[in-house]
Amino acid sequence: MSLQLFLNFALAFVWMFLSSNYTSTGFIIGYLLGIVLLFAMRRFLETRLYIYRVWALVKLTMLFLKELVLANIQVLKVVLKPKLDMQPAFFAYPTVLTKEWEITLLSSLITLTPGTVVVHVSDDAKTLYVHAIDISDVDEAIAAIRNSFEKAILEVSES
Amino acid sequence: MMILTNSVVILFITIGVIFIVVTAIGLVRLPDLYTRAHAASKSATLGVMCILIGVFLHFWLIEDHFNPRILLGILFLFITGPVGGHIMTRSSYIAGVKPWKGTVRDDLGPEIERMKKEQGIQ
Repeated sequence: MSLQLFLNFALAFVWMFLSSNYTSTGFIIGYLLGIVLLFAMRRFLETRLYIYRVWALVKLTMLFLKELVLANIQVLKVVLKPKLDMQPAFFAYPTVLTKEWEITLLSSLITLTPGTVVVHVSDDAKTLYVHAIDISDVDEAIAAIRNSFEKAILEVSES
Repeated sequence: MMILTNSVVILFITIGVIFIVVTAIGLVRLPDLYTRAHAASKSATLGVMCILIGVFLHFWLIEDHFNPRILLGILFLFITGPVGGHIMTRSSYIAGVKPWKGTVRDDLGPEIERMKKEQGIQ
C-alpha cells in the first residue's frame, strides 16, 4: 500500500514538472491522472489497488458513526427506564483477527457500540471478554459483532 | 442562512448536553461499576463530541474562524474514551470488584482465576 501511495505521489510530481505548474491544482490533477495510470497497471502490482482499501476504511467509519449513535440511544433508554430490569453478563467472544492493531481497533469499536464494553483480552489474544449491559441471546450478540465490525476490519486489512 | 446555521449549532449543543445529563443520571442509577462504565464511556464521549462540533461550527460559520484544534480534540476523545472504559473495568475486575447480583452469566471469572494462579497471586 505504501509503495502504491509513493508511486502515486511521484507521478503527481512528474506531472507538475511536465506541465511546469507548481500549484496545488497541478498536484491534484497529477494525482488523479496517477490513479488512472495505477488502475491501468494494476496487473503488475503485488497487492490490490490502495483505493479499495481507502474505500473500505470510509465504509468502516460510516458503520462506526451509525453504531455510536445507536449505542447512545440504547444507553439513554436503559438509564431512563423507570424499572431497572436489564440483565448484564460477561461473555467470551472468540476473534479471528490476528494482528495487534486489528484487535485494538475491534476492542475500541466494541466499547463504543450498543451495550458492550471490552473488559479483558486473553493472553493469547484469541478471545475478548465482553461485558454486555442487557443480554438476551449471547450467540446473537456474537454474530452481530462478527458480521459487522470484524468483517469490515478484515476488508480493510486484506492485502 | 444565519437562522439555519444557528439552529444547527443549537441542535448539536443541545444533543450533547442531553447525553451528558444521561451520563450523570446513569452514574447515579445503575447498580454496579460495570454497568456504570457503559454510561460513562459511551454517552460522555458522544456528548462532549457533539458539544465540540457545535462550538467548531459556531466559530467557523458565524465568527469566520477555522479552528483545527477542536477537530483534533474530537479525534483524541475518540481514541482515548474507549481505552479509559476498558482499563477501568479490567483493573476493577482483577482487583476483585464483584458484579451486580443480577448478572446472568460470567465467563470472565474463571479466566481471571486462572491468570492469577499462573502469576502466583493469591
